[in-house]
Amino acid sequence: MTVIPLLAMVRKDLQLFFSDRRSVIVSFVVPIAIASFFGAVFSGGGQNREPARIAVAIVDQDGSAISKAIVAGAETDKNLKVAKPTVDEARDLVKKGTTAVAVVIPKGFGEASGQAFFGDGEKPVLTLLHDPSKSTELAMVRGVMTQHVMEAVSAEMFGGDQGRQLIEKTLPQIQGSSTMPADQKKLLVDMLGSVQRFYKDQPAGAQGAAPRRGLTMPYTVQEEAMTAGSNIAYNGYAHSFAGMAIQFLLFAMANIGVEMLLERQRGLWSRLRSAPISKVTLLAGKALSGTLISLMILLVSFGFAMAVFGVRIQGSVIGFLGISLACAVMASTFGLLVAALGNSPATARGVTTLAVLMMVMLGGAWVPTFVFPAWLQQFTLVVPVRWAVDGLDAMTWRGIGLGGALMPVAVLAAFAAAFWAIAASRFRWTEG
Amino acid sequence: MPFVANTMLKIQHLRKSFGALVAVDDVSFSVERGSLVGLLGPNGAGKTTTVSMIAGLVAPEKGDVLVEGERLAGETDPKKRRIGLVPQDLALYDELSARANLRFFGALYSLSGAALDKAIKDALDLVGLSDRVNDRVSTYSGGMKRRLNLAAGLLHDPDVLLLDEPTVGVDPQSRNAIFDNLETLKGRGKALIYTTHYMEEVERLADRIVVMDHGKVIAEDTLDGLQSRAAGVGGGKATLESVFLTLTGRSLRD
Repeated sequence: MTVIPLLAMVRKDLQLFFSDRRSVIVSFVVPIAIASFFGAVFSGGGQNREPARIAVAIVDQDGSAISKAIVAGAETDKNLKVAKPTVDEARDLVKKGTTAVAVVIPKGFGEASGQAFFGDGEKPVLTLLHDPSKSTELAMVRGVMTQHVMEAVSAEMFGGDQGRQLIEKTLPQIQGSSTMPADQKKLLVDMLGSVQRFYKDQPAGAQGAAPRRGLTMPYTVQEEAMTAGSNIAYNGYAHSFAGMAIQFLLFAMANIGVEMLLERQRGLWSRLRSAPISKVTLLAGKALSGTLISLMILLVSFGFAMAVFGVRIQGSVIGFLGISLACAVMASTFGLLVAALGNSPATARGVTTLAVLMMVMLGGAWVPTFVFPAWLQQFTLVVPVRWAVDGLDAMTWRGIGLGGALMPVAVLAAFAAAFWAIAASRFRWTEG
Repeated sequence: MPFVANTMLKIQHLRKSFGALVAVDDVSFSVERGSLVGLLGPNGAGKTTTVSMIAGLVAPEKGDVLVEGERLAGETDPKKRRIGLVPQDLALYDELSARANLRFFGALYSLSGAALDKAIKDALDLVGLSDRVNDRVSTYSGGMKRRLNLAAGLLHDPDVLLLDEPTVGVDPQSRNAIFDNLETLKGRGKALIYTTHYMEEVERLADRIVVMDHGKVIAEDTLDGLQSRAAGVGGGKATLESVFLTLTGRSLRD
């Protein structure tokens, strides 16, 4: 007896949803548009794309062999795009945000860094002018410049004119020292003497000599993205479409909750309840239609991502469908929760907009949760969106099997059960 | 009260309170087959709560609602099919056509297929909206919406029809059309309960009148019977307005 009313409620809700052109556009077109944008931004290097270089300005006020070598090293670095303005121009570039970091090599840097290299000189200051909104770039430039400075200074100290002059100046001072302990004096004299003999065997500025090399990184890096397979590149669109579809299906379901409040205001629930139908059936009808609409939004979004951006389900198809269904049920019951806790359509609309935005932000729908601090990553496990997004990521670009879907499905189902229980016990069936 | 064979609906000792407020207190009356009972009372008298209990929207604390001698029990009781509600609000989906609205409301009573199509046709024929069946309700006038509201309550062919101020905001032409519809329904043997603020509607339609105030029934009689009570006080034939004033000490619109 309840099947016909239940199906009628679902059909009516679908008719209402699709008769509202604005709802359809917001639910289907907008998430695709935004996900396409975010996907393009966050898709990383991909298979064939060159990563973006960091814009760096280097101001060489020293002009020494060491500073010139530093600039030359930076210019050949694949991570940097180097400009060489004056110091004032560099400040302007950073202020305007067109350059992330400006490196100022001060006068005397080469000589001072050489002396500091052997430990007894005062360390010169390398100034980094940076855009405060680009702290990630600052950290990266700091690391890259450390490598180039060490390479340039060590090369000069172990083979350049400045190194020879420094040894010739330092060795007699050590030999004549009366304060240095005898054992230390002997060790230093032996070491610097060996370096001096090395210089004498290799004439300075010899034609055809191989370029000097300083200290270099004692290893190379092989990068392998751990995605579904070694021949499959990470597809940022998989994550962005999961996130945006979930965001907008939550908005759609929150709107259904608000519509329930409007239906109550208009006396429609009185008419529905005058029929021989239980309250559970009435709520189940809403939950069922909401689940179908949510599922449509999710599948249409992913269908577009598959057709246009090559997103693939690299993991379990059953797992993907299971997570999609669990996510749709969770969202649908979230709509019931909105109707149960909302006093009026106006207040419910405002509060749920905020709630949905918080959930999708914390759930990693906008940016992946791995960019969050560790404590926040733990905290967001209480947000259902986190489980939905992580689950869909697992089934798409991470290529994890059915086992990886079980936990997200279970957690989303638990959220749905909790939302349903609250809604069923708290929903007011009459106005006033 | 003994059950009379011609009695379609019997209300026995209904009581309902909301916190400290007793909205309905020991209300009893009955409605005969093919008759209309006018339920009169000022705002807050308990009319809508009484209608809500009869329709199964609100559970009474005490008392029973009997349809042809059978007690209504619970929200899913199949006997609720014998009752139709025409709520005071225009309980319709503006975004859908009249047909889509009626298909939905009919399906709530498990009507489907040809039976539902016939029910929709009959209801729309009765209220004179057959030619607008495929139009969105949002394009209807206020009077047309009221008539469609009535049709929605009739789809499942109930024996008892509850009409809660069904002519609010309606133009005279649509009001007369609704009155004609109600006369037709009475002729078909339906039992009607009609709540309103308009005395002239009760005077025209009601076979019996139940006057409520402060949650209680303070009078129940025919129009002539009530008028004769007030006539004893004033001399000539009283109007229903003066009857009401005599019984409650205040105007119906207070």
